[in-house]
This record gives sequence, structure tokens and C-alpha cells, in this order.
Amino acid sequence: MTDAHGSTAVSAGAAAGAGGRAAPGTALLEVDGLTSAYGPVRALDGVTLSAEAGRITAVLGANGAGKTTLLRTISGLVRPQAGRVTLDGEDITRAPVEAMVGKGMAHVPEGRGVIAELTVDENLRVGSLFRGKVERSEFDRVYDIFPRIAERRDNAAHTLSGGERQMLVIGRALLAQPRILLLDEPSLGLAPRIVAQIFGLLRKLVDSEGLSVLLVEQNARSALSVADVGVVLNLGRVVVTDQARSLMADEGLRHAYLGF
Amino acid sequence: MQQFVNVTLSGLTQGMIYSAFALALVLIWRSTRIVNFAQGSMAAATAFIALAIINAGASYWVALVVALIAGFVMGALVERIIIRPVEGGPELNAVIVTLGLFVAIQALIAIIAGSSFQSFPTPFGVRGFTIGDTTIALTPTSLYVIGSVLVVMALLVALFRFTRTGLAMRASAFGQEVARLLGVRVGRMLTLGWGLAAVVGSLSGLLIAGGGFVYPAYMDSLIVFGFVAAVLGGLDSPIGAIVGGLILGLALSYISGYVDRGSALVNVSALVILMVVLLVRPGGLFASSTARRA
Repeated sequence: MTDAHGSTAVSAGAAAGAGGRAAPGTALLEVDGLTSAYGPVRALDGVTLSAEAGRITAVLGANGAGKTTLLRTISGLVRPQAGRVTLDGEDITRAPVEAMVGKGMAHVPEGRGVIAELTVDENLRVGSLFRGKVERSEFDRVYDIFPRIAERRDNAAHTLSGGERQMLVIGRALLAQPRILLLDEPSLGLAPRIVAQIFGLLRKLVDSEGLSVLLVEQNARSALSVADVGVVLNLGRVVVTDQARSLMADEGLRHAYLGF
Repeated sequence: MQQFVNVTLSGLTQGMIYSAFALALVLIWRSTRIVNFAQGSMAAATAFIALAIINAGASYWVALVVALIAGFVMGALVERIIIRPVEGGPELNAVIVTLGLFVAIQALIAIIAGSSFQSFPTPFGVRGFTIGDTTIALTPTSLYVIGSVLVVMALLVALFRFTRTGLAMRASAFGQEVARLLGVRVGRMLTLGWGLAAVVGSLSGLLIAGGGFVYPAYMDSLIVFGFVAAVLGGLDSPIGAIVGGLILGLALSYISGYVDRGSALVNVSALVILMVVLLVRPGGLFASSTARRA
């Protein structure tokens, strides 16, 4: 994976969680039998999966497979009809949305979630509001990771390009010091080069900082190239869960569900 | 020349009050996408609270502070109890609710305080300052009006620009869902926003009452002027509301000062200005709506 900036500035501590960290490879976020619906339309039908600490777990599937609903139900934006979500053993199924970030879960919603009217710097500050006073150096670390947005820090966020917006929202999520990052379609509408760059940075953050990521993607090829584990979702159900490279190698599955 | 100065000064003073009322509307519009038609009668209610305190023998300043606090509490309660259930629903529901509240509060004032005209005091004189041997239309009261609105606006700017609460309020206004995901208690911020807006609205109601009369419907024309000023400024922009209020104050003052029988044209002129703005620049003079996503 190439990094167009040649930036290797993923410095220690940028994503260092406040609390203790689960050992790599152990289940951090567990979803068990999650079912939710929009009115009569059932979007998730008993989804069970787990995201391991220090890994990137990619949830793949076509439009309407329930990927976005899955993330929205995990973070409490959508109330589940059945099932359980636990984070590091703590049941968070019915916790209020506002409390999730304090428990170590940062959800970057679909469509980037930049607050367009605020400046870049203000967007970052919103990410750290719940923590009280935050050292300026933590912001500098985020700007080191994403030099492109550092140049724009006093500009209104609506002036940023799609790729810069994605960097901003990931940086903002890092300031929340999450144990797990929920990313909804980060590649949406971005040039392949930018996608590669952002996924490369994610990989670095996971490898060097022990961040855990639950990634939802329609762009299965890119997602599998960076992920450790892949979960294929179809019509609200899990079809298969496997190592990313095994999914990559399974031509039948790729044709049937992943479209490449 | 002297007449021009006088007309301009009184236009600016009135305009400041329109600005404050427009600001109250804008603060609520940009956080909850609701035009608070009840703002006028909420402000009238606080003016009657102030009047009751003054009639009981307390000073104007005590009454002012209590009235502004009452305005805050009223705004916060209205949001929490009456507006919250219709937030996010069809827009018309919120419109009907605030219109209903407007009528209901006005009726309640009439029931409690009566509907007769009662004079409302002002802490400063209403005689113009004298320069040489000419008296200009700048009075201690108009200085007080301009000064108090400026102080409140400066405090609001400081709150929004420099405090964490202000940032959380702006984040809640512009990106509710994202703010919640980032741990901001959006509901609490919206309540706070309504409370602060009601304080600004109440201030405009107390200022326009000063030296004049209050009765349950005394805010009705200010509601129209404040709304026109807010639309003039684009409804979304606090700066726009302030400039819109000043422009409207000056325009109406020139019309009543220079046009034959102009004072009878003031109300209709405000509405004509509203129509022209909506036809020519529906986004207002300071439209920034292009920056806004749905």
C-alpha cells in the first residue's frame, strides 16, 4: 500500500486509548443475533459477528445488505429489536448514543460526517469535547498524521475535498481516543489513489497503535486488501466470515456477493 | 441636516431592538429549523413579570434581571416540554405549535394582568442630548438600548466562539447526529439554545416597552419587524439578523420621517420589504445556505 505523502508520522499515542487495551486477537466488540428494522422492513436479521482487538474487520456486501444499519444499530442510532452488543465484555446494547464515545467506540457515519459550518480545527475539537481539556499536542499529532488538513485548519470544513473530509473525520475520531473505530464506507466517492492512501494509514494506526477497526465497505476489493477478517452480509444476514485473504481467494463467493 | 441626523439616530435605536428580536429567531432557527412564532408573546410575558416586580417597589434593574432569567427558564421549558415532541416531525407541526403557543401565552397575559394599557418605566431619561443649542434625537434611553443590545451580542459571540459549551451548541445545531456520536448531549444544547434565544427576545421586549405602554399584544408589530429583519439577513446568520435589523430600522425611520404621512406606512413598508427580499434574494442578503448540506 502506497502512501502518497510519504508520511510515516503515525506517532505513538495518537490513538492510545485511555483505558486498558484488550490483547490483540481477542474479541473486543461482539454482536450477537442483532435484529433491527425500519418499520416493517427488516434490515438486520440475527447478525452475529465479532471484531477483534488490534485487527481490521471488514463488513462487505451490496447496497441494501444492511451494512450501514449494522453500524447504526451498534452505536445506538437505531434501536435493535433483538440481540446484544458487547464492548470488551460490557453490554452496551441499550446505552444512549451520547455515551458510546465515552465507552471507547467512535462511529464515523456514512457521508463523512464533517460539520461543514465549523472550521477544520473546530471539527477536531468537537471530537475531544467529551474528554474535557485536551492537550494541544494531541491535535498536533493528528495534524502530523494528516498534513493535508493541517494546512486547512482554519478553513471552513465545507471547503475540503472528499479525501480531506475523510481524513478530518478519521482524525476527529482519533481525538476521541477510541478502542474501536466504526467506519462507514470511507471509500465512497473517493479516487482509488486516495482510498489506498487512507486505508494504508488505517493499517498503520492498527499495527502501530493497537487501534481496532470495524469497517463497512461496498468496495470489497480495497477493503479486503487492508482488512484482517471479512464478514459478508446479504439481505441482513451474515453469509460467511473468514480471513480476508481466504475471501479474496474464493472466486465463487466474490462473484456471488462482492461483485469482483 | 438636523432632521436627517435625528431620523438616522432613531432608526438605529429602533433597528437595534429589531436586531435583538431577529437574533432570537435566528438562534432558534439555525439550531432546530423552527421559526418560533411564540417568541413575541414569551417576551411580552417577561415584560409583565418585570412590571409586576417594579410595581411591587423593586428597582428597574432587579426587574430586568429577574425578567431575563424568567425568559431563559421559559425558553428552556418551552423547548423541553412543548417543542421536543414535535422536533424532527413534519415542519408544519412545529409551526402550528409555536403559533398556538403565541396565542395561548398572549391570552394568559390578558387573563392574569388584564388587557388595559400600562405604562412601562425606563431607567434613563428620554430627553435628547443637546449639542450647542440644538437637541438631537439621541437620548440616554437610546444609548441604553444600543449599549445593552451590544453587550448581549458580545456575550453571545464570546460564548459561541471561545467556550466549549458554545462549540458544543454549534456542533449540535449544524450536525445533530455527528455531535451525538461524538458524545455531545445535543438535547441539552438545544434546550440551552432556546433559553438563550428567549433571553435575547425578552431583552428586545423590555427595551421596546421602556418609556411606553405594555398590553398583551404590544409585541405584535415587533414580531413582524423582527421576522422581516431575520429574513433580510437570511434566517441562518446571526450577523445577518443584526445587519437586517439595522437596515430595517433605518428604512422605516426614513419612511416615517421623510414620506408624507409616512408613519402610517411603516407597517406596510416592512411587509413590502419582506416581499421584495423574498422575490429578489430569497436566501436573504447574507445567504450562506450554499454551504449547507441537507
